[in-house]
Amino acid sequence: MNIPKNLFYTKDHEWARVEGKAAYIGITDYAQSSLGDITFVGLPKEKEAVKQSEYCATVESVKAASDVYAPFSGTVISLNNELVTHPELVNQSPYEKGYFFVISLGDEVEKKNLMDADTYQRYVEGLNGGSVK
Amino acid sequence: MSVDTAEILKKTPLYDAHAALGAKMAGFGGWLMPIQYEGILAEHLYTRQTVTVFDICHMGEFLLEADPVSSGLNRIVTQDIVNMPIGSCRYGFMLNESAGVIDDLIVYRLKENYWMLVVNAATISGDEENIRKHLSGSYELHNVSSTLGKLDVQGPRSQEVLANIFGTKINGLRYYKFGEFTFENEACIISCTGYTGELGYEVYIKNDYAVKLWGLLLKINLVKPAGLGCRDTLRLEMGYPLYGHELDQNHTPIAAGLEKFVDFSKDFIGKTALLKDQEQGPKERLVCFKADSRRAPRHGFGIYSQANRVGTVTSGSFSPSLAVGIGMGYICGDCEIGKKLVVKDSGVEIPVTIVKKPFLSKN
Repeated sequence: MNIPKNLFYTKDHEWARVEGKAAYIGITDYAQSSLGDITFVGLPKEKEAVKQSEYCATVESVKAASDVYAPFSGTVISLNNELVTHPELVNQSPYEKGYFFVISLGDEVEKKNLMDADTYQRYVEGLNGGSVK
Repeated sequence: MSVDTAEILKKTPLYDAHAALGAKMAGFGGWLMPIQYEGILAEHLYTRQTVTVFDICHMGEFLLEADPVSSGLNRIVTQDIVNMPIGSCRYGFMLNESAGVIDDLIVYRLKENYWMLVVNAATISGDEENIRKHLSGSYELHNVSSTLGKLDVQGPRSQEVLANIFGTKINGLRYYKFGEFTFENEACIISCTGYTGELGYEVYIKNDYAVKLWGLLLKINLVKPAGLGCRDTLRLEMGYPLYGHELDQNHTPIAAGLEKFVDFSKDFIGKTALLKDQEQGPKERLVCFKADSRRAPRHGFGIYSQANRVGTVTSGSFSPSLAVGIGMGYICGDCEIGKKLVVKDSGVEIPVTIVKKPFLSKN
């Protein structure tokens, strides 16, 4: 299970990578592996406002559809449009080529609601093969 | 996504083999079955292009010694079995008096008066009850579901793989024909049938030997294991029905568009109601539809024509071969090819178009 050190994580298995005033957002290696082959990603629109812990995107695998919740509040500034035709990038590269979108960060205080890599690692181990989202 | 471990699920004789392969397991028809090994998309495409093996030991089999007419067997199923040659098998239905489908099944004629009935896993006990209720005179019925294993070997290279194990007699088996073969001196039945739309075979063999055959097949480099996940996407691309989804006691074979598996020249249970359905037209008809995008319609989603709810999705998935969403469902009203509909669920709206089946045309 790949859990990069420099990211923030949610209990619903989203990640955020903060770069200055922006944050890249995606789903974790654990999430993509649990979902299986990803066949569709429904992204928000540019300039749309997203709110921490609220619905922001959809991810579908062959077997099921799942909601994705925003790790941070903010405004969507760019989308990973590659996912429209190549959703399998989420399986192949969940933290790099398979990111979902970028937001301009609202309140950085929200970091306190998120896990660091070590905490997320223990959280995933505690799930013991249970369900994701 | 979650596997309900509280429910007591039965395990096939291959359970340990699936665990060793790291399969993702889930409940299906009361059984804990492998859904995928490497991944649904890879297994789907490999079945279309090469050859895979599926553990189908959960399905039910009955062996029946009976004269087809005097025992009443011919009335229990919709397909013509009296004129069926020994060594062939035929697909059809068991209906209730209202012509609703109790199950879909394949009948194998082993000898003049000796039959194998292959039924769905979740309906084994109900089917047995129905068959016993309607059989009369002298007959002998054995439910061998728990001791007879079944492996499906499917894909364009299935014939060469099985010919290496069972001999070139396999090459002579035409579609919906079967033969008796031996594996390590154990008798087995192999039919040229399947649920994928590819050239393929179904092997019926005692549980212990099914485990050995599985092991042998997977030692062949060409053969990969495939789970029920891709079995579902493969059958859906062909427009094949799945019991409990497209077929149930509330829909007739006419509504499902499967009347070609009904022999109207003979008597069978449900015939009066089925003729009425044919004459008046069913309330709803099963249609196949294709999405304009990769988005998958799902079982239970509503089907809308403009603002009106006209039906419900019975099966839906992303089609690995076509790279769009596909589905089937019952709708009332117009169902002509090319009609535009919308499939909806909370927050999801998928524009779809009614298409002819199969979704994937094979030459």
